[in-house]
Amino acid sequence: MATDILMPALSPTMEEGKLAKWLKKEGDPIKSGDVLAEIETDKATMEVEAIDEGVLAKILIAEGTEGVAVNTPIAIIAGEGEDPSSVQAGGGAKPNGTGGHPAPTPDMQAEGLADKAAPAAKSGDDAPKAPAAPAVITSKADEPVMAEFPADTPMVTTTVREALRDAMAEEMRRDGDVFVMGEEVAEYQGAYKITQNLLQEFGAKRVVDTPITEHGFAGIGVGAALAGLKPIVEFMTFNFAMQAIDHIINSAAKTLYMSGGQLGCPIVFRGPNGAAARVGAQHSHDYAAWYSNVPGLKVIAPYTASDAKGLLKAAIRDPNPVIFLENEILYGQSFPVPQLDDFVLPIGKAKVHRTGSDVTIVSFAIGMTYALKAAQALAEQGIEAEVIDLRTIRPMDSETVVRSVKKTGRCITVEEGFPQSGIGAEIVARLMVDAFDYLDAPVLRITGKDVPMPYAANLEKLALPTVAEVVEAAKSVCYK
Amino acid sequence: MDAAKDPGKGPAKDASSSQSPAESPQAAEAHKPAPNMPQFTREEDLHAYHEMLLIRRFEEKAGQLYGMGLIGGFCHLYIGQEAVVIGMQMASVDGDQVITGYRDHGHMLACGMDPKGVMAELTGRRGGYSRGKGGSMHMFSREKQFFGGHGIVGAQVSLGTGLAFADHYRENGKVSLTYMGDGAANQGQVYESFNMAALWKLPVVYVIENNRYAMGTSVARASAQTDFSKRGLSFGIPGEQVDGMDVRTVREAASRAIEHARSGQGPYILEMQTYRYRGHSMSDPAKYRTKDEVSKMRDEHDPIEMVRKRLLELHGVPEADLKATDAKVRETVNASAEFATNDPEPDPAELWTDILLDAHA
Repeated sequence: MATDILMPALSPTMEEGKLAKWLKKEGDPIKSGDVLAEIETDKATMEVEAIDEGVLAKILIAEGTEGVAVNTPIAIIAGEGEDPSSVQAGGGAKPNGTGGHPAPTPDMQAEGLADKAAPAAKSGDDAPKAPAAPAVITSKADEPVMAEFPADTPMVTTTVREALRDAMAEEMRRDGDVFVMGEEVAEYQGAYKITQNLLQEFGAKRVVDTPITEHGFAGIGVGAALAGLKPIVEFMTFNFAMQAIDHIINSAAKTLYMSGGQLGCPIVFRGPNGAAARVGAQHSHDYAAWYSNVPGLKVIAPYTASDAKGLLKAAIRDPNPVIFLENEILYGQSFPVPQLDDFVLPIGKAKVHRTGSDVTIVSFAIGMTYALKAAQALAEQGIEAEVIDLRTIRPMDSETVVRSVKKTGRCITVEEGFPQSGIGAEIVARLMVDAFDYLDAPVLRITGKDVPMPYAANLEKLALPTVAEVVEAAKSVCYK
Repeated sequence: MDAAKDPGKGPAKDASSSQSPAESPQAAEAHKPAPNMPQFTREEDLHAYHEMLLIRRFEEKAGQLYGMGLIGGFCHLYIGQEAVVIGMQMASVDGDQVITGYRDHGHMLACGMDPKGVMAELTGRRGGYSRGKGGSMHMFSREKQFFGGHGIVGAQVSLGTGLAFADHYRENGKVSLTYMGDGAANQGQVYESFNMAALWKLPVVYVIENNRYAMGTSVARASAQTDFSKRGLSFGIPGEQVDGMDVRTVREAASRAIEHARSGQGPYILEMQTYRYRGHSMSDPAKYRTKDEVSKMRDEHDPIEMVRKRLLELHGVPEADLKATDAKVRETVNASAEFATNDPEPDPAELWTDILLDAHA
């Protein structure tokens, strides 16, 4: 029986890749273990090995094709005795057995179809959802309303990954005291390719591969910052920064105060934070609330590529320790970024991402994907939500939130982190004080569930927030 | 010296690593007229005497003020260990950085920080080095290149390695003198730092002040390898055991270690065998050792008495001169206590300052 070769996922979050090269041609006999093709993503290049025997009957995706969605059939292997010329795609058993669906391709996103594509693959809108591919919002209502650059600025479509890299490269060109250190940042080009090409441009002195010793290299980074350098310390994920948290809190955040203002610590700790996909409890923790609790730190968690770039540049220039929380799922997402020589955004300013008059939805980072999709769904039901992206967690811009709540009288918060003492809890507390008389309903929080992140796909979906939960909460505070 | 090239060899080889206080071999050795014992000139001994005595008297005064309730919280005295930091400083040059743990008053004075500012920080006054917001364990002076003063055991080792990283990055020829105790030497991040310092050949000298007790736990009860000079062996970091009660042996070993680090050969470890006379902190009754052990060290191996004796007997300094030095030191210390007692507490508005630097300043 003929077997489909599917586009493999090289990581839990990969949605598409480039079929770089075929190493076998049609008609070639195939043994298990033969390398069939090379696949490239923005993170890595990997080989596709055959797991079946037979003949490569048909190549369905030509080499050099970009944006091939995971699980798309790319070739067919004919079994013994089969006529290779008569096989058809789809006739084969799917090797991984999961079926799956094609993730949105860049073209679909460009046409604004991503939102439609993703739900179509789900069993229903009310079912709990994994964080589907975050859509690039293209409708006019979702444009940022706070102008942070001239209206006629040309925009370039950029991934969050590229935006972060560009921010570091620009700041390293500008200031010789800025360097980046961490695991796999140099020769490997970044575990998530955020530091791609930095080694080539800046050399090994300023792009420093460290051993896998978070506690040690975080302390070395802080020591270098106390001596006046401006380190960017990359954690492969913020989960591993738990090993280093003593230096982040006790050494970096407190020294300025303990020295009576003598010793500042100009350092950026950055890396992916929160859940990726199917990586289990020890690799999925959202630390926004943890770092938010500490005086002496600034905490940034951007959603868009443009915010990632403008805020990372600001973080590197900031004379204080800055926690810069990224998200693996957002790395590959594209957004318009202003084409400016030096685009720097202010730390501590929230952004009204979408205007509305009925309910305020406050979120940040990947939480914005739920918030924006929910806002769209609510609009279809006649409820206009105002969506605020906090962007900076500390110092928190309550003013923008309060201003919005005074208008809408209702508020919900969305985050992937845990409910107790979370960012939502903080916003609720602030609204009690600053907007009590304006509230027409209790403020509701949509958060990750109060459980360690499970591995099983269905349980993981249940543990994360869903668009449906956000929609339901918004309707509930609107008494609809 | 071979020690620089041959880890584990050199002067350390002959020194016993026994930790038995009754034998106190390292200090006993110091009293024997060893043929290769480094000698100090009259001026060097006079300098060492003054510097060590300042620390001794300062710490005694701090203990007194603590007893009077003028100093709060934790207060870890350096009495007995003075030769370590003074010998190290005599071998370093201006610009070399110093960083240590919480037993830090002696290091600050040795770096040339003003005793008034240090004492006023101990009493939590506005004239303190941290304007009263740091306390005994948290003082800094960028001017004197003193980087603390750290209250988390072992944290200063990674930070000090980071100072050396900055020196290496800037190619400024400076060396980071990173101190830790025998207790801190068991922390994991110490070895993470050793690894990176050796890997990148960072200019850092790790000074392990082995005063035999990590809080109330003796070295033998806490450490599988009690020869701390060997703690860097697996990273190829040379190390020596040094008689830390004799300022001359300290300076000689320090010169060797600092030269090694400054010349680009990477880190170096000095285990300073020393002794603290007082408890771990002011609230420590020190029941883990006998009174005899302490008095034997004080009577027979006191670092200051050794120098005093040399000044009188070897250099022929008149006793009156030493008495004048004593009086001058007392005067300095009394003035610091006077200042620290009368200086006002910080302005309440200070509560809200120095949390973040102004990004646009």
